[in-house]
Amino acid sequence: MDEARAPYLKVENVTKKFGDFTAIKDICLEVFESEFVCFLGPSGCGKTTLLRAIAGLDIQTSGRIEQAGRDISNLPPTERDFGIVFQSYALFPNLTVFKNVAYGLENRKTSKADITARVNELLQLVGMPDQGPKYPAQLSGGEQQRVALARALATSPGLLLLDEPLSALDAKVRLRLRHEIKELQHKLGVTTIMVTHDQEEALTMADRIVVMNKGVIDQVGTPLEIYRRPASPFVADFIGAMNFLSAVAGGDGTVRIHGMELSAIEGADGLDEGAAVTLCLRPEDIVTRGVESGAPNAFEATVADLEFLGSFYRASLTAKGVENTRFQADFSVNLVRDLGIEAGKSLTVAFPADRIRVFAGT
Amino acid sequence: MTDGPQALVIEAPLVKPKVGREDWVMRAGLAVIGVYLLVAVVFPLYTILSKSFQDSRGLFVGLDNYAEYFATPALFYSINNSLTISVVSMVITVGLAFGYAYGLTRSCMPGKGVFKAIALIPILAPSLLPAISLRYLFGAQGMIKGLLMGETIYGPIGIVIGEVFWTFPHALLIIFTALSLSDARLYEAAEALGASKLRTFFTVTLPGAKYGLISACFVVFTLVITDFGVPKVIGGGYNVLAVDIYKQVVGQQNFQMGAVVGLVLLAPALLAFVADRMIQGKQVALLSARAVPYEPRPDRRFDLAMLAFCGTVAFIIIGILGVAQFAALVKFWPYNLSLALDSYQFDLMDGGSWGAFWNSLKLAAWTAVIGTAVIFTGAYLVEKSKGFERGRGLIQLMCMIPLAVPGIVLGLAYIFFFNAVGNPLGFIYHTLIILVLCTVTHFYTVSHLTAVTALKQMDAEFEAVSSSLKVPFYRTFIRVTVPVCMPAILDISIYLFVNAMTTVSAVIFLYSADTQLASVAVLNMDDAGDTAPAAAMGMMIVYTSATVRLLHFLLTRGIARRTQAWRKR
Repeated sequence: MDEARAPYLKVENVTKKFGDFTAIKDICLEVFESEFVCFLGPSGCGKTTLLRAIAGLDIQTSGRIEQAGRDISNLPPTERDFGIVFQSYALFPNLTVFKNVAYGLENRKTSKADITARVNELLQLVGMPDQGPKYPAQLSGGEQQRVALARALATSPGLLLLDEPLSALDAKVRLRLRHEIKELQHKLGVTTIMVTHDQEEALTMADRIVVMNKGVIDQVGTPLEIYRRPASPFVADFIGAMNFLSAVAGGDGTVRIHGMELSAIEGADGLDEGAAVTLCLRPEDIVTRGVESGAPNAFEATVADLEFLGSFYRASLTAKGVENTRFQADFSVNLVRDLGIEAGKSLTVAFPADRIRVFAGT
Repeated sequence: MTDGPQALVIEAPLVKPKVGREDWVMRAGLAVIGVYLLVAVVFPLYTILSKSFQDSRGLFVGLDNYAEYFATPALFYSINNSLTISVVSMVITVGLAFGYAYGLTRSCMPGKGVFKAIALIPILAPSLLPAISLRYLFGAQGMIKGLLMGETIYGPIGIVIGEVFWTFPHALLIIFTALSLSDARLYEAAEALGASKLRTFFTVTLPGAKYGLISACFVVFTLVITDFGVPKVIGGGYNVLAVDIYKQVVGQQNFQMGAVVGLVLLAPALLAFVADRMIQGKQVALLSARAVPYEPRPDRRFDLAMLAFCGTVAFIIIGILGVAQFAALVKFWPYNLSLALDSYQFDLMDGGSWGAFWNSLKLAAWTAVIGTAVIFTGAYLVEKSKGFERGRGLIQLMCMIPLAVPGIVLGLAYIFFFNAVGNPLGFIYHTLIILVLCTVTHFYTVSHLTAVTALKQMDAEFEAVSSSLKVPFYRTFIRVTVPVCMPAILDISIYLFVNAMTTVSAVIFLYSADTQLASVAVLNMDDAGDTAPAAAMGMMIVYTSATVRLLHFLLTRGIARRTQAWRKR
């Protein structure tokens, strides 16, 4: 991101309490113009609360929100500038698709002809021309969500809020709509915030992901950053598959797993020797082709189990002579065939130092 | 406080949400509803409470009135009588209604639609009507008085029969719903496990309908203990609480004692109400969205048995109504059985007039129109507004009170409150306005709950969407909420209309010479000995309610057809 630009949306120290329960705590965040940001986290992490505070639907208990240079902290939703799409679509069932999309336009002194033109343009945009006279109940879930999107965009809001827009749809429609929403957002350049609990959705759609847990932000970053360099064990676990191994810091950027030493690990430098740490490594980062014994971080391991997952195999491995180390590695179908990998077989595997993350504590 | 790190924590300043124009509109609406409920429910009830602690000059006398009440056997025996007939009527009604509903839901007997329609007819009649029929059937010159084997119909027997007739549809509707909701998969499981029919009945059917049965018991109990019409006409010397209030106020002009009896009557009604609310709260968890509806299979013997049972009950219902109609058309029972329309010359009767009938129509129409508008809008504001939590909670509580207050107590409370010297609203006393106000209030709770149920089924985000589109909420209310909830709105209006036509208890103290009502005319003509015209007027009420119900049915069907395209498939 171009940090020199002023942020379009600024969230400062926002806290929301429901009675004694603190739903979000001291949230600070900046969103830039035309950016697509995802709030990602498990249910109850506060992501929807934050979205509703930004919309003014449930105004925060304390903290400040600024949009396009204007302090909107205490404004009711009608005085803010946003469009919103909900998981339930919330289409007005007694109005046609056309009337639904026109709903926000009719109230602002736009001429009939202009409204018609604008609605048709929007329906075209979401790939539903000619569907105007239908009622929402006559449409599929995916189509209804497109109408909801068109309705939210009709008044050309500066900010588009999407609250789990794809969660109620079945898998295939979801994949298609994911792509379409992203494309539309890119085309229109509208600043967008989407709430989701689906990591794949966040990884594929977002310019930046805000990972939330228990009411606070754990990490903000591009999908690649979040995936490659998770800032906490929670993020590491929540996104993608991850091996967690208990280890102790050995000093000088090394860690030891039950006596086996691994070297040159980022994040292990500042740790006291002997401190308990957790070592994280993704299954797909474990290498075995062309690894010779004696190579850095290489060791002998036995295949305990091999699970076929279609495009690849996920192997459960144990390090030879080291107790309680079971970890998983993803091997391509080719690799399994070439090396004749099967349950019970021994392999030499390596943990590439630049892919290992180390966190203090266990 | 020690100098711990907490000492350094500075509380962030709280955000004070700006109150927009719409918030003001919403708050104003809530305030109007709140004031309405205060004036129509809370203040009158407070007045009746304070009256019960005063003597006839309005001086505070503590519990003296209550002491006098419990020292007068003629008065407090009524408690026992009221409880007795309520419990007996409850057991009989719920038993019969269960059998009837069982036939409708679990057998393949023919004519289910007709049987259901017949069973609901008593709702359309004032409770006075079955009592009048019973006179013709079992009175001194009754058609079949031999069946009583020497017992008199004037007393507990008559009251119980009349109450069972009148409360039957209420119990049936609840139990029918409970039995319809049962899950076919449970029956399949019972069958697969080899359970006998009897065992299945006791382990699947009864537990499934448990809450419905309990709820029906409370409803019938409350209806009977608070009913005034049946015991007034056929109670004879058997005193019950509701009639005692009437006698104290109208007969002896002893308003303080009337207030005391009213509060004594309020106690069991309130208890039943609270118990029912608590039990209904539990029921929600029992329903499963994935339940498969039960489809009965033909079983010749069982179907015939159910047909015989339902046929008998239906015959009795039709019979009781038929007798009333017959009595209205006969010249002079039992001496001259030729038919004539003499009994419809209401203007010639003591205590009745065609004007009373037109007044009732006016009352019913205004109650339906104003009541529906106020109650639905009120429910919408309470359900969908934001913030203002405590005020909304209070309004919700006030919405529930009328269900627990017997009509006759409400009516008496209205005398005390609106007739009080210095009440600026005193001008509505003796007008149609106070009758409309009282009737809307009397039937507020059920209507409110119907509205809330319909509103809860709407998408919770409609208001959020419309505010994001900068469309004010009241526009969305008119354009979306009202059309979507139209079936419920029509249900509320018909409920209010029919009840306004049939009610006696709430309005008996409030009508004036200019605002006589049909149901009150039934009572007064019966009191004056004009029993046949009373029956005729009672049947006029039945026909009017039935016609409006039919119109409602046609209208609902028409709307359902027209809106088929967007209502859920």
